[in-house]
Amino acid sequence: MTSQRKLRILVAKPGLDGHDRGAKVVARALSDAGYEVVYTGLHQTPEMIAAAAVQESVDAVGLSIMSGAHMTLFPAVIEALRARGAGDVLVFGGGIVPDEDLAPLKTAGVAQVFKPGASTEEIIKWVETHVRPRAEAG
Amino acid sequence: MANDPAELAERIASGDVRAAARLMRDLDDIRPGAIAVMKHLYPRTGRGFVLGITGNPGAGKSTVVDALISLYRAAGKRVGVVAVDPTSPFSGGAILGDRIRMQRHATDEGVFIRSLATRGHLGGLSRSTGEVVAVLDAMGYDVVIVETVGVGQDEVDVVSQAECAVVVTVPGMGDEIQAIKAGILEIADVLVVNKSDREGADRAVRDLFAMLELRGHDAAPVEIVRTVATSGKGIDELAHAIDRFRERGIHASDVPNAGGITPRRRRRAQATLRELVVDRLRRATDGALAARPELVDEVAARTTDPYTAADELVRAITASK
Repeated sequence: MTSQRKLRILVAKPGLDGHDRGAKVVARALSDAGYEVVYTGLHQTPEMIAAAAVQESVDAVGLSIMSGAHMTLFPAVIEALRARGAGDVLVFGGGIVPDEDLAPLKTAGVAQVFKPGASTEEIIKWVETHVRPRAEAG
Repeated sequence: MANDPAELAERIASGDVRAAARLMRDLDDIRPGAIAVMKHLYPRTGRGFVLGITGNPGAGKSTVVDALISLYRAAGKRVGVVAVDPTSPFSGGAILGDRIRMQRHATDEGVFIRSLATRGHLGGLSRSTGEVVAVLDAMGYDVVIVETVGVGQDEVDVVSQAECAVVVTVPGMGDEIQAIKAGILEIADVLVVNKSDREGADRAVRDLFAMLELRGHDAAPVEIVRTVATSGKGIDELAHAIDRFRERGIHASDVPNAGGITPRRRRRAQATLRELVVDRLRRATDGALAARPELVDEVAARTTDPYTAADELVRAITASK
């Protein structure tokens, strides 16, 4: 009998803006859903996020970006993860992202973007359907 | 991906961070296969210095750890960190936030920080802590720092894991110092009064001295160090106190036997072994209980007494081995 995987998710706040309330609310909601949430705080560089994701062997990385720099930061985190052999870690995020940016972000490898107003239930449902199966397989 | 355990152990020992982190995950999740790798790694352990940091919630444990990482790195040492936070008993989830204070070391190749949740384990550490420490030790980290959850009185497991236990307190706890003396103060090899730029630091040091005085004459000496971890003040002195403790340990009560094993090291090995046996028996117990639901019913209905039922389950467990 094999025990179920305990999902581990890194929540980070890359970039220069200091609005971490969204990230904290999501971290709390994910923890309440029974996941282990590694929270690394504000002003994280893509390199710091990728290094932490590898050392913590997380299933997914959730980024909160309110600065408008999402078109730079999301791909940079994905690139940093790949460079460390962790391209299989799912990257999702939330923040102020205009609709026209969603398709290019998908192409860049972002698994899911949650727009302002997305409920925490929505995020958890997404984790259960997209992150859970991969974690159990690994 | 069917990896040969010996080959995987080799990769981890030679510094593959990703493979090591995944093994830690498998150990934490009790996945089959992880133990086979540990069997290959165990002979490579025992070289790193395992330092325990414990203390009250909010005393600044993570910040002390952060400052110690900087100091050891400046001395050219590679540092592993295992930081434990509590699992919520209600949700089973956890927020692991100790890294926040250590993020300046995030991209330093000579530092490996791993956060663990207690997952219902009592004593201030997770069940897997010892195993994760062993992985870092086998990877050749010179110092492995174990940071416990914020502790109260009897979360003293860190003693069985660490070669030196540092207890961090802060000024202004007043009578609360009295409250913590019962457990964690007694396990301290080195005491730290952190945030010592605050009012009440002198009194905190005096209180701790007074408490140490109450111990018998044959009690081991315990140094008290004042720090302001956020600025790094006193961290040098703390590292020296830790070094002096190690020197004393080796030269005084901790005399190695013919095989070069000190009593302290032997106690750690015994604690690790005991933990593994208890863990296996606990799981066997759950299995035996699940296999004999009628025994539970009989005890509930008072047709069998729990003592007889327990003996029968123990017989079932030992017979199945």
